[in-house]
Amino acid sequence: MGYDDKHEHEHEHDHPEYSELSEMDARVRALETLLTEKGLVDQAGLSAVVERYEKEVGPHNGALVVAKAWTDPEYRRWLFEDADAAIESLGHVGRQGEHMVALENTSQRHNMVVCTLCSCYPWPVLGLPPVWYKSPSYRSKVVIDPRGVLADFGVSLPEDTEIKVWDSTAEVRYLVVPMRPEGTSGMSEEQLAELVTRDSMIGTGLIQAPTDTAR
Amino acid sequence: MNGVHDVGGMQGFGPVLPETDEPPFHAEWERRSFAITLATGALGLWNIDQMRHERESLPPAEYLSSSYYRIWFLALENAVRRLGLPNREGLRARTAEELIGMFSSRSSYERPITTEPIFQPGQRVRARNINPRGHTRLPRYARGHVGTVIAIRGAHVYPDRNAVPLGQESNHAPEWLYTVDFSARELWGDGADPTVTVSIDAWEPYLEAA
Repeated sequence: MGYDDKHEHEHEHDHPEYSELSEMDARVRALETLLTEKGLVDQAGLSAVVERYEKEVGPHNGALVVAKAWTDPEYRRWLFEDADAAIESLGHVGRQGEHMVALENTSQRHNMVVCTLCSCYPWPVLGLPPVWYKSPSYRSKVVIDPRGVLADFGVSLPEDTEIKVWDSTAEVRYLVVPMRPEGTSGMSEEQLAELVTRDSMIGTGLIQAPTDTAR
Repeated sequence: MNGVHDVGGMQGFGPVLPETDEPPFHAEWERRSFAITLATGALGLWNIDQMRHERESLPPAEYLSSSYYRIWFLALENAVRRLGLPNREGLRARTAEELIGMFSSRSSYERPITTEPIFQPGQRVRARNINPRGHTRLPRYARGHVGTVIAIRGAHVYPDRNAVPLGQESNHAPEWLYTVDFSARELWGDGADPTVTVSIDAWEPYLEAA
């Protein structure tokens, strides 16, 4: 099995002084200090970048796109025809989201997104990728055994559902538009957006009907 | 290059391990590595294809045993050293305002092109059997296999040409980019799930008529 962030994270708590993490802390700090002293990076700049990607940009952006596509047929059509423009109209624009394509999940077809070669991911709508998305286990397995990956997420689809895996090998970025769950007809866009999970927009999760998720 | 980063279809990495409410960063050094990578990238000394190639070129065992932010950091450390960045004159840190301006706007790799696309949606194409030593975005699992063009995505900067050695000028000459569908049976054999298809985004030089 691969050595991943989760192990490092656990390691940190077990052996704070001797873990790889301490070494990494020191190395990163050394480089940051050097670059700062030489005037090549700026502390306020670094903070602003972290703030943007840790707090502001995240899957809540994509969730609003999906909720709008569920409630507004005109927007839905636009999203599948010209995702860049439709997504930008809601204010979600930026690096790693330049050539957006929206993928429609239906009862016949389920879409899943990966980047087998690195970690390409639509930042403006989903934020930074989760650790599992960047892990060799996901990147290797989803193109050869997508149903196995779904099982790892506790998801099972009917045997005859088509599964379409999109490997992001260029600068095109894909956003899965999951199916709207039953029992949500009276809900507002904002309420619907609350139901939309990050995994459902990558294709590794389904959206539960609100009765299932209510506490 | 046929590196260990090209993991599509490999087996034995174990199950995918989702984490509930996963935070973007799991340690302070990850947060700092991410920010330094973006801030130094904004100096314009390398392009995304060059930096991807730096990451792929880490020693295989190191790549596979590192978390993704560690891969980013090790590649950055190498690039800083090789370019002699701390001793370079005439460089200035990008301010917070400049960085946010850059990252919240488009930086498209689409370019005008004078040729017409050779392939059309619906056409059968074969992913060429190429094994370049340098950077490429044609994954090994697709090479030699026949698929169907499902979309033309415009003409985009060609990564195999743009990933010049560090310190050299970028080469933004574009090639037509297509999305190509392959059935899982074509890729993985008769035992594969007949309901599965896998697509890649492939530049024209990766493809030939089938």
